[in-house]
Amino acid sequence: MLMNRNKKAMIFRVAEIIIHELKLEEITPETFDPDLDLVNELGVDSMDLATIALVLQDEYCIIIDEDDYPKLRNIRMIADYIEKKQIA
Amino acid sequence: MKTVSSLLDSAWHERYKKISSLNIRSSIYDVTNQCNLRCKGCFFFSSNEHQAANEEMDIGKWSRFVQKEKERGVNLAILIGGEPTLYLDRLETFYNMLPTYCATNGLIKIPRERFPDMMVGISLWGDEEDEKLLRGKDTFAVSGKNYKGDPNTYYLYTITPKQVGRIEHVISKIADVGLKVHLQLLTNDENVDGFFWTEGKLKDVRAEMDDMLEKYPSTVISCKYYHEIITTGRMMKRAFGWAECPSVTEPLDNRNPQPKRLIRFIRWASDLQTMHRCCTSATRDCSTCKDGAAHMSWVMVNKRGHLNSTKDLQNWIEVYEMFAKLYRFIPW
Ligand code: SF4
Ligand code: SF4
Repeated sequence: MLMNRNKKAMIFRVAEIIIHELKLEEITPETFDPDLDLVNELGVDSMDLATIALVLQDEYCIIIDEDDYPKLRNIRMIADYIEKKQIA
Repeated sequence: MKTVSSLLDSAWHERYKKISSLNIRSSIYDVTNQCNLRCKGCFFFSSNEHQAANEEMDIGKWSRFVQKEKERGVNLAILIGGEPTLYLDRLETFYNMLPTYCATNGLIKIPRERFPDMMVGISLWGDEEDEKLLRGKDTFAVSGKNYKGDPNTYYLYTITPKQVGRIEHVISKIADVGLKVHLQLLTNDENVDGFFWTEGKLKDVRAEMDDMLEKYPSTVISCKYYHEIITTGRMMKRAFGWAECPSVTEPLDNRNPQPKRLIRFIRWASDLQTMHRCCTSATRDCSTCKDGAAHMSWVMVNKRGHLNSTKDLQNWIEVYEMFAKLYRFIPW
């Protein structure tokens, strides 16, 4: 599936934010698999998600409801979520 | 970068997935300021927390309060006191709305027809001799009868320095009445003579706890990593204490930087308005605090810190599973 340039940039930026906020090592936005399960593979917990969500809210001027955390399982899903929120 | 599946085989990964989706949000509630015992070293009375607030007597207010707690996202109510069983109607209010755990001294039998599957943790401070010395009576003689064979009850055995070398007697008594036991260490809040921990005693008690786990695997609900953490106060080269403690009441937590902590955690006094600093007494010295639940939670909230090696992550899983069993999120 072709991805538009905006979406690609958003995925890259979300990866940057996650790497920075969680102080992840040995990974770059380029090598971050957008489909990697953040909870089951990266060990992200709800406090991590809350930290990431705060930055995303500021950057994309959206509100992320805590009940929506289960929808934010990987970077691609986060980008989809942000897109939908921006349209709404 | 290490991922969970790169560290775990499929069986461990399955165990990981089961617990990583639990998302436990606990809070603690002082159900009452009263107790039918007065134990030497009880943090609640020794720090005068029983006078911190006037107990709410209107059961309707308890009900509205619990509803609000549910809306706040709490999914595990941990009831302490004083002695919660003195007010079964308050217990029932929680039990009807939230997964509920009740800490008790076991002297009053909780009627199972009203609370069929509520998890009950009975406090025990040692063998007959120490119980008489510290609590004025051998509570096991009563609680063991009250709860014999109950599948949703376990003993929360607080090991004191004096019991090192003779823990097995207590564990076997518990096994004999068909109950489980979880181990924790006494924090000597009231400076009772002879009840201080030394490095040597902590080392010995760790070895003894490990032994008990091996010898009574279906009775002792614990794991060796928890024994290490609680006896050394260290995890990943970090020391437990105020700067690291996860069990601080969230609205009162002004630490900067914020450590990894329990989200939404509050310990409420029995007026349903006053908040206590943390899961135990505010007068306690954090550098010597041995609170078992706080140490367990310390491990649990530091999940990514355990993604260094297979062993570290397995240790984390075992501690999380232990907590989940003790609060009835997964079966024994
Ligand atoms: S039974 Fe529990 S609440 Fe009561 S005095 Fe003893 S430790 Fe404190
Ligand atoms: S006394 Fe113990 S539980 Fe309370 S804040 Fe200090 S370390 Fe944490």
